Amino acid sequence: MWHSLAIIGVIAVCTIITRAVPFLIFGGKKEVPTAVHYLGKVLPPAIMAMLVVYCLKGISFLQGSRWIPEILAIMLVIVLHLWKKNTLLSIGAGTICYMILVQFVF
Amino acid sequence: MKQKNINEIRFAFIQSMPVMLGYLFLGMAFGLMLQDAGYRFWWAFLSSVVIYAGSMQFVLVTLLSSGAGLLYCALMTLFINGRHIFYGLSFLEKFRTMGRAYPYMVFSLTDETYSVLCSLKCPPGMNEKKISFLISLFDQIYWITGSVLGAIAGQLLSFNTRGIDFSMTALFVVIVLNQWMDSKEHRPAIIGFLTGIAALLMLGADNFLLPALAVTVAVLLGLRSVLDKKTVLDKKPVLDKKPILQKKEEHTEKDEVKEV
Repeated sequence: MWHSLAIIGVIAVCTIITRAVPFLIFGGKKEVPTAVHYLGKVLPPAIMAMLVVYCLKGISFLQGSRWIPEILAIMLVIVLHLWKKNTLLSIGAGTICYMILVQFVF
Repeated sequence: MKQKNINEIRFAFIQSMPVMLGYLFLGMAFGLMLQDAGYRFWWAFLSSVVIYAGSMQFVLVTLLSSGAGLLYCALMTLFINGRHIFYGLSFLEKFRTMGRAYPYMVFSLTDETYSVLCSLKCPPGMNEKKISFLISLFDQIYWITGSVLGAIAGQLLSFNTRGIDFSMTALFVVIVLNQWMDSKEHRPAIIGFLTGIAALLMLGADNFLLPALAVTVAVLLGLRSVLDKKTVLDKKPVLDKKPILQKKEEHTEKDEVKEV
């Protein structure tokens, strides 16, 4: 339990750091470097795409059918989102579909 | 309470409504996941009060249940929440002038609050600083409420929550799709995705994320002359990141103006 509290504490402090950094560094009249602007533009999509890989890190294509629910549910999320563009609908339907697949089908 | 106060609170509430739906829902998914991992509702409450970062809290569940090392947690947080650095740049001037609310405004600048504050247009006669503060506060209250409700629901109703963790995958897929549709430049997302897969195959599931993030930053900086046509020329911040609730933020500002 103490380790869990420590993890939450560390993450809380580091989150505050990431939010306070621009105010601490650029709060005066210093010019924001163009490299920072550039990273601000290209880094978020790159990190989010990598987090999708992070979510799927546990699946193995070599082990039987364990990867099928993931792939099917992700396809549902993509199709639903391109069609309806409703964030909550895509996440909700995708999650329910995945839960049904892992609990009753595979 | 004075009529002006009531109007301001109501205006802030209406501005925050799209976030309310999203945060209650995602917060519940987070609370359920945390409960599913063996952490009761007060853990959800604690982390939503002191951390208050949506995607990071989903990752938190996996860090908690695997008993991850503290240095690893710190580096993960700095990378995943590193994007917040770029949100703050838009509000350097504004937050500074907000007095006692300044530290809270900095603390509570999530993706969704950022998107609402960016598009905020206050009717004349209302105190914009106060409304900004109220929106930030309401948003966090929704997030806390959702996560506690989710954890309690998971505790009381003993339905089979196996697979609930897919909500994290779905969330990130949707964020990627939103960014993909909002921007013509898809190479950063492709670079991040491929680097992630390459690192996963080479380093394995437990160790790949931090090296992959570091390599991605290096590659993106290396490709700056190719990918960066605009920002070198423009001096102004160019923030393309469209938070996930962007689509729903066209409210009835005009109607509110009439009532004041």
